[in-house]
Amino acid sequence: MLSKKQAKMFFLGGTAVFFLIFIGMTVDTLVNGVPKYTHASQIDDQVRLGRHLWDSNNCMGCHTIMGEGAYYAPELTKVYERRGPEYIKTTFNFPGGWRPNGRNMVEYNFTEQEKEALVAFLKWVGESDLNGFPPKPSVQLNK
Amino acid sequence: MKFKSQKVAYYFFALSMLLLSLQIVYGFIMAFAHMGFDGLHEWIPFNAATATHKNLLVVWILSGFMGAGYFIIPDESDTELWSVPLALLQFYSFAIVGVIAVVGFHVGWFEGRKFLEIPRPLDYLVALNVILFLVILLMTMFKGKKRTTTAWVLTSGLVFAALLYLPGMIWFDNHTVDSFFRWWVVHLWVEGVWELIMGGILAYLLIKLTGVDREVIEKWLYVIVGLTFLSGILGTGHHYYFIGVPKYWLIVGGIFSALEPLAFLGMTLFAIQMYRKGNKKHPNKLAIYWTLSTAIVAFLGAGLLGLAHTLPGVNLYTHGTLVTAMHGHLAFWGAYASLVLAIISYSMPLMTGRKIYDNSIGHMAFWFSNIGMIGMTMAFAAAGVAQVYMERIVGLDFMQAQLEIEPHFFVLIIAATVFSIGITLFIINFIKFGVPVDEAIGEGEEFSALQTS
Ligand code: HEM
Ligand code: HEM
Ligand SMILES: [Fe+2]
Repeated sequence: MLSKKQAKMFFLGGTAVFFLIFIGMTVDTLVNGVPKYTHASQIDDQVRLGRHLWDSNNCMGCHTIMGEGAYYAPELTKVYERRGPEYIKTTFNFPGGWRPNGRNMVEYNFTEQEKEALVAFLKWVGESDLNGFPPKPSVQLNK
Repeated sequence: MKFKSQKVAYYFFALSMLLLSLQIVYGFIMAFAHMGFDGLHEWIPFNAATATHKNLLVVWILSGFMGAGYFIIPDESDTELWSVPLALLQFYSFAIVGVIAVVGFHVGWFEGRKFLEIPRPLDYLVALNVILFLVILLMTMFKGKKRTTTAWVLTSGLVFAALLYLPGMIWFDNHTVDSFFRWWVVHLWVEGVWELIMGGILAYLLIKLTGVDREVIEKWLYVIVGLTFLSGILGTGHHYYFIGVPKYWLIVGGIFSALEPLAFLGMTLFAIQMYRKGNKKHPNKLAIYWTLSTAIVAFLGAGLLGLAHTLPGVNLYTHGTLVTAMHGHLAFWGAYASLVLAIISYSMPLMTGRKIYDNSIGHMAFWFSNIGMIGMTMAFAAAGVAQVYMERIVGLDFMQAQLEIEPHFFVLIIAATVFSIGITLFIINFIKFGVPVDEAIGEGEEFSALQTS
């Protein structure tokens, strides 16, 4: 039968081995993977400001991007491709809050530059290589 | 209760109960909003409600863990807590930071990073606070006469939880990198180091409640936490499938996260087996119920419902839908919420001297909350599967699909009401205990004679 000491070795040994593998994979991902998959060279001041606005207004508290966030409002990974910049910019400062289908967005007070920045950020997100996410629907009723 | 200073735990447990009640209020606000009733939008928009709901959850669970630490470590180390005034200072500062964070969410002061919405300046205060907590625990252990495996597993879980909070505080220009390290906090907490905390608390409860030999329980504790890290570390990959990182995470994350349920299955078998081997003489039936249900429901919510969407081929369709909320609720409830309720049920009679062990309010609290939560899980499941089908397979527009699934949120609200009745009853019992008293010292020590060795 397994002794307590062996059980302890299993715990410490296993943890150490898998932790090291994890660190190795992390380094490879950050050095070789992310720059290519996310076009990191295209992250300019606009995209940076856009992300700052995205974070500080907690847009993720209603929407998802890259499938992460809350499930109250649409997935925005491909919104630039789906709606285009002008439509996106209309939603922000819409009087009373944007409300096309009965769900209310917060009414913001963004400057033109801030709107452009958010659009730039969403465009950058949409151009990242996300291993096939979001999936293409097999049946397209709307189109 | 063996030592006077263990009473500090009460403050943390009381804070837990308060924040849990508030968390539920925000749950209802969101459930109504999903159903189309968003009358509070102007004052509490959905993104403020969701940040509050999730952060109150994390804070009340952490508060419960801290209370558990202050109750268990003196007992296991056989000594008074190193410093009660510092523990109280830690308590009040923790509560104050929590209040500032929650109020901040309502005036739009947050950082939209799911589960880490607390703004960075407050992060530093949280970190300081947790360091103080850990220093108090470690000093207690070092001055103690005994250092048990259970105490070590619990404490190292708490130490690593603190360390893992740090990568989540760094700013990265690239959203993908930010997300990558956010999961070091969120995933490596719930599917890593928090399981050490869970294993430690469960082992303590089982030793006390079943009387089974400590050596046997602690051996299996090592095996379980060994399985946790063996699968859980690389299992982080299941959050990396679609965020802009290389494809090898699909394979590695898929394989290792599919092994994660083994650790939870281990906890279930462990608890049931020890209960069956034990002498069943302990009078605190409610604590036994909560201890066993933690081990069982954690496997259902985290293990089975996690497995349900963890393979990349499935996750491509369910990622970012209400299917995730289905799993999130039962997993957090089973593994961590129930665990905190278990240690509260065990420790309150010992701290207050009032023998509320087996009353009908306590049993009703147990059944209402568990059945209510399972109902909520089913409502989220129905809504989520329908959403996946309409939005991801058939290609309906997001909002069109959402309008179709509104009825499921009605069911959610019914189930949530049952759940809330259970929690209310639990809190009524909690209040009936009153506050800890020094006369309770020595309370429960007669049960140590029940230990089989
Ligand atoms: C009356 C009780 C509750 C109700 C009505 C409720 C409702 C909700 C709703 C509507 C959401 C938002 C989903 C979205 O993003 O659109 C949510 C999120 C969440 N709730 Fe609750 N909740 C309740 C209690 C709880 C409890 C007790 C826990 C933990 C044990 C919990 C844990 C969570 C978690 C982890 C999330 C985030 C899930 C995710 O984004 O995947 N909730 N809840
Ligand atoms: C007690 C342990 C666990 C808790 C508290 C928990 C909780 C959660 C929560 C709250 C989320 C939503 C995260 C977010 O989107 O921000 C999540 C996601 C997920 N969990 Fe768990 N979980 C646990 C264990 C597991 C296990 C053991 C598995 C696998 C077998 C698993 C598989 C997943 C998957 C695949 C997702 C990603 C969903 C997506 O975004 O596509 N979880 N979990
Ligand atoms: Fe995970």
